[in-house]
Amino acid sequence: MNGGQTNDNRMTQALDITDLTAHYGSTKVLEDLSLSVGAGELVSLLGASGCGKTTTLRLIAGFLEPTKGAIRLGGRDLTRLPAHKRDIGLVFQNYALFPHLSVLDNVAFGLKQRGVASAEREKRARAMLERVGLSPLADRLPGALSGGQKQRVALARALVIEPPLLMFDEPLSNLDAKLRVDMRVEIRQLQRANGTTSVYVTHDQEEAFSISDRVAIMNAGRIMQFDTPEVLYQRPANAFVARFVGFENLIPMRAVARDGETVTAEAAGGARLSLSQERFGAIPDAFTLATRPDGLAVTSGPGTDGIPATLGLRTYLGRAYQYQCETAAGHLVANGALSTPLEPGGTARLVPVPDQCCVLLEV
Amino acid sequence: MTTRPSPALIAIAALVYVFLVGPLVIVIGASLSDTTYLTFPPQGLSLRWFENIFEITAFRRTIVTSLQLAFLATGLALLIGIPAAYALNRYRIQLPSWLSTVFVLPILVPEIVLGFSLLKSVAVGASFPIFVSLLIGHTLLVLPYCVRVISASLASFDFSIEEAAISLGSPPARTFFTIVLPNVRAGVIAAFILAFITSINDVSTSLFLTGPGISTLPIQILAHVEQFFDPTIASVSVLLMFLTVAVMAIVERTLGLTFLAK
Repeated sequence: MNGGQTNDNRMTQALDITDLTAHYGSTKVLEDLSLSVGAGELVSLLGASGCGKTTTLRLIAGFLEPTKGAIRLGGRDLTRLPAHKRDIGLVFQNYALFPHLSVLDNVAFGLKQRGVASAEREKRARAMLERVGLSPLADRLPGALSGGQKQRVALARALVIEPPLLMFDEPLSNLDAKLRVDMRVEIRQLQRANGTTSVYVTHDQEEAFSISDRVAIMNAGRIMQFDTPEVLYQRPANAFVARFVGFENLIPMRAVARDGETVTAEAAGGARLSLSQERFGAIPDAFTLATRPDGLAVTSGPGTDGIPATLGLRTYLGRAYQYQCETAAGHLVANGALSTPLEPGGTARLVPVPDQCCVLLEV
Repeated sequence: MTTRPSPALIAIAALVYVFLVGPLVIVIGASLSDTTYLTFPPQGLSLRWFENIFEITAFRRTIVTSLQLAFLATGLALLIGIPAAYALNRYRIQLPSWLSTVFVLPILVPEIVLGFSLLKSVAVGASFPIFVSLLIGHTLLVLPYCVRVISASLASFDFSIEEAAISLGSPPARTFFTIVLPNVRAGVIAAFILAFITSINDVSTSLFLTGPGISTLPIQILAHVEQFFDPTIASVSVLLMFLTVAVMAIVERTLGLTFLAK
């Protein structure tokens, strides 16, 4: 990057959060949260509203004060630094453009605060607008822009100060579906090109997984799992994350026989299943088997394997039929082949597909 | 495709205008009369009663006092009201809602009660000079208007805009002046106009606080009517009207009366 050459060190700094705890009044909203974002990495905080993701972002930005813990950015301790001295680029959900300033002045605002001379300021702001494809709109007021254009201005405004850390607070949730996908690709490309360490807050799983190097799934003020999208999607570490990424069926199991690396496990109702420890790692005596509806095949053919089930509501998914099933192991959701539709009220067996299962150590 | 308004509606609208504009026409007409008593329609045309205002020292002095009072009280009320409105809106989560009710209270309390209690406490109790007592009274009188009107403006202000500025390196105090204030300008102008008109027209509060040597224009008009029935009061009223309009015009020119268009 030619523009950022002198700032290469500055723009690739690691963020380290340790034991961050925060309260709203007497309510604890964040508990001992630790998170490391590598230099140049994009990390998403993903969770439902109230999980603490926005609180974490506001703590890093300096709009809230933690009760305890530390925030460090490339060796600088930010914990007690006032927000305006933190040098963090922020992109807000509702854009937060300055309504009384032109697009150009919006983008130049941060440079002005840094004492950059007027001519240089305008040059850099225009160059940044060029990069987000908004040069022709430089003299407009924000009120005259569309949602997508506003978000591009907000992005340019945050990037032009070449911050060592860039943070996004649900930046796409006010845009329509098509634009959301386009914009997230654009954000990712700009972030990659600049190599700016980034924190991205969202409640949208697809968005988080598609844009991030790593994702922290949060719940009730804690990080439930922090890993790459691939690992989160295929090997959730606990029941919360499993449900979050679509493992709708959580079946309690008991190991009843061990033969080398092969463990035979039994679900309530006596259904048995063989699992390889080579694939799933050490399997304890009691565990939970997690599957998506796709990982639980509905069959009514001959055989004795699988969990006996009474079929309930059938819905058409296009690629399969989905059945709500009642079993001795509880309510399960399973998919069956389109070629053999089964009638609600009938009985069938649900056979877990080991490749699509996941072993959770919690019971 | 436009629907034609019914004749009844037109008649009602016309009546509203008659009631709004009628008194003004009568006052302006009466002020131009050549007679020595108040009459309408005017008999003969003359500006002698306007000249007469400036021949009476009491009028000359009270016009100056009223203008000083209106500008100073409005200025003070804005100085107190803008930060108050900002705090009420910015930190509304932390503050109890009764606090914002407190700011409307002076509107609900009759002005005459405000005047009397200030007489007891400020004028007599603390024995402040008359002008200072008047200034305190008028400031208190117009403060709630300032807080309410500016609050309304701030209520639609998105405070993440302020946070965006701070995150870009602008210290909070500077951000208030460069980002927050320009975006509630319409509210500040509306508050200024409301406060100024309230102050310059006030009788009830001032009645208790004026004293020997210092009075306000509306009080002087009242005193004049008790003794004379010449068209001077009509011409003073017209003058007061035009002073108010002039101030509005200046405010509009300097700050922009954009809030009317919004």
